[in-house]
Amino acid sequence: MVRTTIARTLATLALGAGSLMGVQLAATQSASAQALSISCGAVGVELELCKAGVEAWSKDKDVEVEIVSTPNSSTERLALYQQILAAQGDDIDILQIDVVWPGVLAPHLVDMRAHNADAGTGHFEALIDNNTVDGKLLALPWWTDAGVLYYRADLLEKYGFEPPTTWAQMTDAAKTIMEKERAAGDDDLWGYVWQGKSYEGLTCDALEWVDSYGGGAIVNAEGEVTINNPKAVEALEMAASWVGDITPQGVLNYDEEASRGVFQSGNAVFMRNWPYAWALAQGDDSPIKGKVGVVALPKGGEDGGHTGTLGGWNLAVSKYSKNPDLAVDLALFLTSQAQQKQRAISSSYNPTYPELYADAAVLEANPFFGTLEETFTNAVARPSAVVGDKYNRVSSQFWSAVHGVLAGQQEAGPALAGLESSLTRLGRRGRW
Amino acid sequence: MAEGQASSHRKRRVRTAWLFLAPMLVGLTVVAIWPLARTVFYAFTDASLSAPGDYAFLGFENFAVAEDGYWYGLITDPLWWNAVWNTLVFAAGSVAIEVVLGVILALVMNAEFPGRALFRAAVLIPWAIPTVVSAKMWAWMLHDQFGVVNHTLMTLGLISTPIAWLADPDLTMLSVILVDAWKTTPFVALLVLAALQMLPKDCYEAARVDGVHPIKVFFGITLPLIRPALTVAVIFRLLDALRVFDVVYIMTGNAESTMTMSVYARQQLVDFQDVGYGSAASTLLFMVIAFMTALYLTAMRADVMKEGR
Repeated sequence: MVRTTIARTLATLALGAGSLMGVQLAATQSASAQALSISCGAVGVELELCKAGVEAWSKDKDVEVEIVSTPNSSTERLALYQQILAAQGDDIDILQIDVVWPGVLAPHLVDMRAHNADAGTGHFEALIDNNTVDGKLLALPWWTDAGVLYYRADLLEKYGFEPPTTWAQMTDAAKTIMEKERAAGDDDLWGYVWQGKSYEGLTCDALEWVDSYGGGAIVNAEGEVTINNPKAVEALEMAASWVGDITPQGVLNYDEEASRGVFQSGNAVFMRNWPYAWALAQGDDSPIKGKVGVVALPKGGEDGGHTGTLGGWNLAVSKYSKNPDLAVDLALFLTSQAQQKQRAISSSYNPTYPELYADAAVLEANPFFGTLEETFTNAVARPSAVVGDKYNRVSSQFWSAVHGVLAGQQEAGPALAGLESSLTRLGRRGRW
Repeated sequence: MAEGQASSHRKRRVRTAWLFLAPMLVGLTVVAIWPLARTVFYAFTDASLSAPGDYAFLGFENFAVAEDGYWYGLITDPLWWNAVWNTLVFAAGSVAIEVVLGVILALVMNAEFPGRALFRAAVLIPWAIPTVVSAKMWAWMLHDQFGVVNHTLMTLGLISTPIAWLADPDLTMLSVILVDAWKTTPFVALLVLAALQMLPKDCYEAARVDGVHPIKVFFGITLPLIRPALTVAVIFRLLDALRVFDVVYIMTGNAESTMTMSVYARQQLVDFQDVGYGSAASTLLFMVIAFMTALYLTAMRADVMKEGR
């Protein structure tokens, strides 16, 4: 049985509102043998997939599973989890957590291997390492992510452009196509859309620009702040030059779904997004169906490299769960190879099993999985492992500084110098 | 003997009074004084949201501390002062617009014309919509690519390219202020309308007999007479505006160009889990509001005393 609510909190409020209702709620809960609740994101088709997966697991079991939908913004989702977990609440048994959170939430999560010795076998080693804190496997990889570049194959072909390999080529193609199409009457067309709102998504986008120029990953493995370097300045200056030129200024308030809205309605030549946008852009109701291509994000100049920020989501089980064994079982089922294959084929969620990247059915549905395997396996990680529970602050300071540069309030050089001194203070000179 | 009886009677009355006051005092202690005291208490600790029970006292370190030649703490954080400034701009801007528009709306509602009841009901609609809903609604209407506001302005030929109302740092604060004004002007209008309906008719008759210009009537008679109501409206709105959170957070998130004191405190407390620092910010926020209220009330009292003389 699957029940969906905006949040269990609402039920709690209802309990306070009328004691009679409270009695009834308690009665329905005790009637079912066991109850679980799982939080799922709602970006794109995540929620529907989560429901389908849970349904497949629970159909022959006497377990009532409640699906709690959480905010789309990952910054807000983490805050919600932290509030619930800090109160040691059992509101959510299984949490969908971002690849940068295992360190932050570690004290509240169970060791998967303590409940099932085989947990975590067959996945990418790097992801299992990422989810292992102090020897405990705290989360099972559900899907992996890296930023990729979407382009309008029809428009590039029309004007004789190849898919770009450097940012300069992309800028040039975007500008030319935009100007010519606008002259031909398509006034709403823009060159390039991405995620520029003040939130975690901007950290991902900006890290890709910096890394593609070889400017490092904000903080290096030794804990030293490395962000103030000429290559990072160059990368940010390039991004700032897009705004108002090939990128609408409104991008400074866009998240993933807002940029997909512009691209999928046919109003942008290029888009930076996660792989999930592929299946939706190629969906039957998509105005750009059959006109989309995907390549790795461009290099920052000839000496730069193709890159993508490592993203992806995992399933973890709360320590305060009343049914941890059952919860781990559901998490194992949802992250199993069979489930991930299905998700990859129907909705282009990148599997976390290397084997599936050689699977014919998966590759047929997502041709770019094969060509971009390199990007997915070598994605640049956000510095969450080094800075630990200060990650939120580091990320927030980084996206704020970048946002200021993009909005034209500050030059890239002074902004990064300011960020460096502020992060060095925060990190107590590398000790973190 | 008689004296003793009177005093015991008095004592009983005092006891009864306390008895009647007790529920409210208990209520206030539970929902206002206790949380406030806890916040002030936490402001001097390094408590974290992931383990609020486990803390150490820091003294004034959350507010200001020098270490290795650097200054740390709230009052040395430029972002905090940016938030204070944003809050003051928001409060001054939104309250000014709401008072002017509110008075105009109230004057219209006070006039006799057909369909007045319908008009009065319609004016109240923005006030009745929950802020979360109206802020989200406006965020979509102000969207740079799909928004109806840009579409209308472009169709009318007033602008040639879409404006990024919620992304351009020069416009975000203005957009948020206007949305707040849209929502709360009816509240001010309602308070002023109540005052307008109590005004004595004879002043106006005298003015009409003397042939005074309507604008002069407004500034000479109406405005001074509705001033007490306006004072109350302004103080309600000012207190609300100084602790604004919902409309700002929903429309622009944590963006620095619109971050208010409440948004700052929430980010520290919730996003960064720093209960100590966030509580310090909340405490300062409380003090700023208390200070502004005291200032405003003192100014008003001085004004009233001058008039009384």
